[in-house]
Amino acid sequence: MSVVRMTSPHTTGPLSVTWVMGMVLLALVPGWVVLAVSFGWGYVINMALAMGTAVLAEGLILKWRARPVGFFLKDLSALVTAALLALALPPLAPWWLTVLGTLIAIIFAKQLFGGLGHNPFNPAMVAYALLLVSLPLYMTTRWANPDMTLGLFDTLSVIFIGTVPIDGATGATPLDVYKLDIARLTASEVLQKPVFGTFVAEGWDIANLAFLGGGAFLLWKRIITWHIPVSFLVGLGGMALLFSWDADVRVPLSLHLLGGATMLGAFFIATDPVSAATSNKGKLVYGFGIGVLIYLIRTWGNYPDAVAFAVLLMNFAAPLIDHYTRPRVYGHEKPVKGYKNE
Amino acid sequence: MTPQSVIASDKVFDFHGGIHPAEKKTISNTTPIETLPVPACLVLPLNMHIGAPAEPVVGVGNTVRKGDVLAKAVGGVSAAVHAPTSGRICAIEDRAIPHESGLSAPCIVLEADGEDDWRERHPIKDWQSADVEDLIQRVRDAGLAGMGGAGFPTDVKYRNKHKPIHTLLINAAECEPYITADDRLMRERAEEIVQGAAIAARMLGANTIRLGIEDNKPEALAAMHAAAHHCDVDIKFSVVPTKYPSGGEKQLIQLVTGEEVPKRGLPSDLGIVCQNVGTLAQIYRAVVLDEPLISRITTVTGEATERPGNYEVLIGTPIETVLNTAGVHLKKADRVIMGGPMMGFALPDITAPLVKTTNCLLAPTRTELPAPMPDNPCIRCGMCEQVCPANLLPQQLLWASKHRDLEAAELHSIFDCIECGACAYVCPSRIPLVQYYRYAKGEIRHEEEEYLKSERARARFEARQARLEREKAEKEARRKARAEAAAKARAKKNAEGGGGDEKDDAIKAAIARSQAKKAQKAEATAEKSIEDLEKALELAATKVKKANERLVVAEQESPEMAPALRKALDKLEEKHSQAQKALDEARKKETQS
Repeated sequence: MSVVRMTSPHTTGPLSVTWVMGMVLLALVPGWVVLAVSFGWGYVINMALAMGTAVLAEGLILKWRARPVGFFLKDLSALVTAALLALALPPLAPWWLTVLGTLIAIIFAKQLFGGLGHNPFNPAMVAYALLLVSLPLYMTTRWANPDMTLGLFDTLSVIFIGTVPIDGATGATPLDVYKLDIARLTASEVLQKPVFGTFVAEGWDIANLAFLGGGAFLLWKRIITWHIPVSFLVGLGGMALLFSWDADVRVPLSLHLLGGATMLGAFFIATDPVSAATSNKGKLVYGFGIGVLIYLIRTWGNYPDAVAFAVLLMNFAAPLIDHYTRPRVYGHEKPVKGYKNE
Repeated sequence: MTPQSVIASDKVFDFHGGIHPAEKKTISNTTPIETLPVPACLVLPLNMHIGAPAEPVVGVGNTVRKGDVLAKAVGGVSAAVHAPTSGRICAIEDRAIPHESGLSAPCIVLEADGEDDWRERHPIKDWQSADVEDLIQRVRDAGLAGMGGAGFPTDVKYRNKHKPIHTLLINAAECEPYITADDRLMRERAEEIVQGAAIAARMLGANTIRLGIEDNKPEALAAMHAAAHHCDVDIKFSVVPTKYPSGGEKQLIQLVTGEEVPKRGLPSDLGIVCQNVGTLAQIYRAVVLDEPLISRITTVTGEATERPGNYEVLIGTPIETVLNTAGVHLKKADRVIMGGPMMGFALPDITAPLVKTTNCLLAPTRTELPAPMPDNPCIRCGMCEQVCPANLLPQQLLWASKHRDLEAAELHSIFDCIECGACAYVCPSRIPLVQYYRYAKGEIRHEEEEYLKSERARARFEARQARLEREKAEKEARRKARAEAAAKARAKKNAEGGGGDEKDDAIKAAIARSQAKKAQKAEATAEKSIEDLEKALELAATKVKKANERLVVAEQESPEMAPALRKALDKLEEKHSQAQKALDEARKKETQS
């Protein structure tokens, strides 16, 4: 008998980081497939580009940092970051935009802070926000038109060679279109535009429902808890009910929920545990804050979608939220808040 | 129809979190309890319980009978040690004990004579009418300590009566995976437990007896129910869902009553005393049969065990002997764990004896409970938080502990952690969380001790300073008194010396003048030297003071510098006292002249 010097517990459950990240990737698949089917090959190419770049960048930095490369690549967290970014970027953006974004996410937002578990901000959203403020043209006009999807070769040439896409193949997102047009048109007139399709927003609505389904899967697998997505949607929906009741003035509730990156944000981006608030109570505050901020930025800000900025702002607030939202410990009369200890 | 559906269960509450690890109970709970033969040599540690170690009352070479006291309880929280069989005391010395540290501790070594000859016993058959104090004393004399694994001296629970107790809660949950000692005990000796519970309730003055049991032990539940009926003891059964750690005292109380034991409090604050089934059976044996705690039921299990099951083993039997009897293949096992897989510890030395708290010996194979894998960083997924029965934030405690941020650890109520290991069990990063918490708790305790130590040192130093000041003042007062006395004496002498004829006067005057001149001269030199000495003394005093201050600072900030500074201070103090002496002498001379 060789005595192993270890302390209790001597047994662990079946979970692993690899499994958690793998489940997140799996849950992203339906939404990704819907986006690819609706908007063309761009999402497929972007996904491959982002994932390849992420693995290379992560491996390289890990090597420079003298960390075990295989061990950390195996946790799949780089792939999750890459996937989130690829799903957030416009599908017809040039290849270097995707590569640049992934490099920013992995190198600057993640590894320079110490790698997995140490990044105070959501890496994919740091990259997205940086690209949006630096290269707004590519980030706002390269969205694909679901009624005029390009073939594989056309898409490849747009992304890699820089061919200017044929007129009508690209454009702005439905949220953007609605916000700009409602200033001079009525709601019913705006909704005549093909970008809104027959339901809420062509392509986007189904994709959002698919992400919602993926999120339900993560909830069922207990990888995420309900707190962040629900409070996120309540925050956003509540604001929309409060200020957007007149669809002739502002973007209506349905478009807020199913028109942009809402479901992806609520179930996959805001729930990134590393950069989120941590207690159940804290998660409620955190998610609600993101929902409210998204509405504020979408409505009164300059950017059509706002998930990235809202998430980053609440990332800043997460430590503070944690400080004041500790749960009541067994046997205590009330929770310990801030620095006050009885 | 399962027994649960027949036996009405009280309303059951829930506690936060909890986990469902593989139960693995069937490995060991299908065979009856087997009694292990008396070994040739027994080793009895003086401290098998929480509290002060027992004090030996026998000497090397004494012969003892089975049940004789070998070591008596000392102080309020302690438990006596008895001879598990008859024989001769062959040594009282340090031996390996079953403890995580792997350290040795004082033990009484008993060589069995094979007779197994009982001492005279005085059963209390009629315990219903016996004096309660006598019953409690009997429990203390029997050396009872909690059999569930914690080893808290049993009699303390019955003596401590700062609040009236209304409920005795029988802990029959046995939530740790693998362990089935309580399960088998309930199946086979339910009446002992029930009677023990009745005695315990009488000792407490409790009017309600409740029992909390997990729903994975239907046979035990049925046996307990039948025994309660048969003995005509009213027990309220609460069948709780199988969830680890429902057997934790605080969690079981919450499950059965819905109440929480207050922070830093005891179950008695709620009017409840919680007692494990094994302990209750021992109370019955101690009172009704006058048998002290000399044997216990231990589960020997794990896939490296050929004949897993429950064994009644004499306290003091070498663990190795128990393992051999059960057919443990030590080559297949990585480690032997005392207790369960969630809260037990790996035995550093299997030659150590089985003690009062050894409820399980677990010999798992390498595939069954594999050695820990390298851990990933914490991703703050919060799964730990969802399972923590104390409703803590384990992920935050990890950050605080890992970075030795002890203040943050205390803000996150680290001392409310019961170290159940549920957080580490679910952690996808496989972080040994409980280990970090133990470290932080240890560091906090250490810092508190250090603080008290430095407080004491400061008090000591201040007292010394005050004493020195006082002595100096006293010396000064004495010097002044002497000087005054001398001046008076001189004045008196001068007054007496006055008068006489003129001639004499003239001569005397001349002599006096010359003497005065001389005296003036001498005084001048004397004064100068006294002045110098005083200056020197002052200088020495300030030097001592400064050195003292430096020492105090050093003691707090860089203890490794303290000895050198202390030496220097001693030297300076010596110089100071020399200067004082010289000055005193000079002053004495002055007053004499």
